[in-house]
Amino acid sequence: MSSLAIQNAYLAYGNHRVLGPVSLDVRAGEHLILLGKSGCGKSTLLNHLYTENRKDCALIPQDLGLVDNLSVYHNVYMGRLQRYSALRNFMNFVFPADARVAEVTPLLEQLGLDEKCFSTVAELSGGQQQRVAVARALYQAAPVLLADEPVSALDGPEADRVMALLGQYFATAVISLHDVDRALRYGQRIIAIQNGELVLDEPAHRLTVSSLDEFY
Amino acid sequence: MSFTEAMLSSLYRWSGGVKTSIGFVLVAICCLFIADLEVSSIDPWAEMWRLAEGLFHPSLMQSSLVLEALLSTLAFAFAGVALAVVGGFLLALMFHNAFVRGFCALVRSIHELFWALIFLQFFGLHPLTGLLAIAIPYSGIFARMYAEILAQVPKLPAQALPPEAGYLNTLIYTRLPLAWPHLVSYTSYRLECGIRSSAILGFVGLPTLGYYLESSFSQGYYSEVAALLMLFYLLIATKKIWLRRWTLPVLFLGSPFFLGDGMPIVWGNAWRFISEDIIPAPLRNSEAGGQWESLSELSQWASDIMLDQALPGIWNTLVLSQIALVVTGLCALLMFPLISRHCYSLPGRIPGHVLLVIARSTPEYLLAYILLQLLGPSMLPAVIALAIHNGALIGYLSGRHSNELALRSDLPNRRLDRYFYELLPRIYPSFLSFMLYRWEVIMRETAILGILGVHTLGFFVDSAIQEIRFDVALLLILTAALLNIAVDMFSRRIQRYI
Repeated sequence: MSSLAIQNAYLAYGNHRVLGPVSLDVRAGEHLILLGKSGCGKSTLLNHLYTENRKDCALIPQDLGLVDNLSVYHNVYMGRLQRYSALRNFMNFVFPADARVAEVTPLLEQLGLDEKCFSTVAELSGGQQQRVAVARALYQAAPVLLADEPVSALDGPEADRVMALLGQYFATAVISLHDVDRALRYGQRIIAIQNGELVLDEPAHRLTVSSLDEFY
Repeated sequence: MSFTEAMLSSLYRWSGGVKTSIGFVLVAICCLFIADLEVSSIDPWAEMWRLAEGLFHPSLMQSSLVLEALLSTLAFAFAGVALAVVGGFLLALMFHNAFVRGFCALVRSIHELFWALIFLQFFGLHPLTGLLAIAIPYSGIFARMYAEILAQVPKLPAQALPPEAGYLNTLIYTRLPLAWPHLVSYTSYRLECGIRSSAILGFVGLPTLGYYLESSFSQGYYSEVAALLMLFYLLIATKKIWLRRWTLPVLFLGSPFFLGDGMPIVWGNAWRFISEDIIPAPLRNSEAGGQWESLSELSQWASDIMLDQALPGIWNTLVLSQIALVVTGLCALLMFPLISRHCYSLPGRIPGHVLLVIARSTPEYLLAYILLQLLGPSMLPAVIALAIHNGALIGYLSGRHSNELALRSDLPNRRLDRYFYELLPRIYPSFLSFMLYRWEVIMRETAILGILGVHTLGFFVDSAIQEIRFDVALLLILTAALLNIAVDMFSRRIQRYI
């Protein structure tokens, strides 16, 4: 069963054609990792997947898309804005409901952010901000995750913890990474992009770190 | 931990902006209990209905008169602003001097109408009165902004010049060209303000738009009022069309010819005004002998004025302006989404733009004048007038700022969610700084609205002038100026704290 699909698409960043023609089929239940040099079109591909399938996807964009002046709690809550009425959302904006805070807190605990629940995002370090964006995606609980370099600002063990959490919460995921070793550990299927084309599409267990080095 | 617990514990840190806003709102709520906000006219709805009817049936009685009014409004604005540009620029070059800075702060903290009231006693109804009433405060305003713009210019080009280039060459070859676009856009914005100021000067008798508006309004010719207002909006809305580089010399050189002749200056009156009228009464009347006696009389005189007029005036000015400030903020926050590309499509934003242009081009003095006729004398019409004009202005600035934001691709679908969770928090810091800049302006306007009958400082100034006690009027005008300077300094402190 396929979850997301693209047929012969040409993708552009601004007026500049980056990818194409691309055909991609993401099957439900698989974790797909995108590899490639920076600027090769990973973000363009992820954004295209997102705009085509908004309803089913949670997105972690590369620039995180957090609202700096709002608290960590509010930023995480934003993952579920569409579930509640505009009035409920407004009341929660002014005065967070205890029940919602109780839902968000365990996520923040798993990401080591529970102390920061009511701090504004602007006060946090880059790594902490990235984990807030992860928490928002986890809270959204969509069937599919689209994540663009979700652990780029985290150190080794922390990055592994976050990758494990993402794998555990999302049955299906498309994640772009720049760390080949981590890609092989967490991905079931690896796709490499080079010169505007998908040049490699293999199950992870058939690949080794050295065989992927040429894509970096 | 729940939100309540977090708020009470030391973990929760209110942001400076939120704290400041809550402070302002609380002060305004306290002021609401003190302020006189009742509607005292007998049947405001009937009058409003007649006004609305007039607005939908604009008609011009004498088109030649109207043309004259529009031309002289433009002429006073252009000539006054042109003088102010020259004066302001020269002052800006000397802005590092503390005396110059103080002088500029003083002249710009006195409202154009107060300047007009002073010069009316001096020159009478002569074009110079209107010209200087605009040129002097605007010089102070230009001096400060020009100095700020010139200070923000990159330093490197000036440093790269040969060492003996000299001050003038450095200015002409590096600082001025670098600052030019900013200077031009600020001056063009101020020219629009100058047109509004010039229109308002008609209310004290100069031959500009305000004069005709007041006479049509007081006679109940609402369709004439409507026609005049629409012409005024048209004039401001089409500014981009008639204000071009090649029309500028024509407009500036032509403007002195449309100022009208007015009355001849009676130099005897002018001389008496400075040599007698504005000298405090006890000093004027005393004989040369009893110096100590007159000194104690002087302090008695000053303290009487302070207690009976200045303090109540200051109090009412503060109460009214704090309420107006918060209502202005609410108006701006309600209006800015109307012109934000994150809320409405391009055609959907047109009504918002029209509404904001009309609201921000109507001077608050004019709005207050109309609303006072409808609602009767209380603080309510003044609050509404200040909030509509300033709210539309800040709404416009905030909306423009929101259009510069690049938001993420997974935006909430509903407009309200987007407003509260994305736009509002992102624009709030700049909204707050617009408000803090505007605070001083609102305070200055509040004082001036007293001339219309609300008991702010302008009311006491106007009554002193009508009683031909210019010494008292001048003391009260200076009091108002000091109040504005104090507010300006306070708002800058808050800005640094945020």
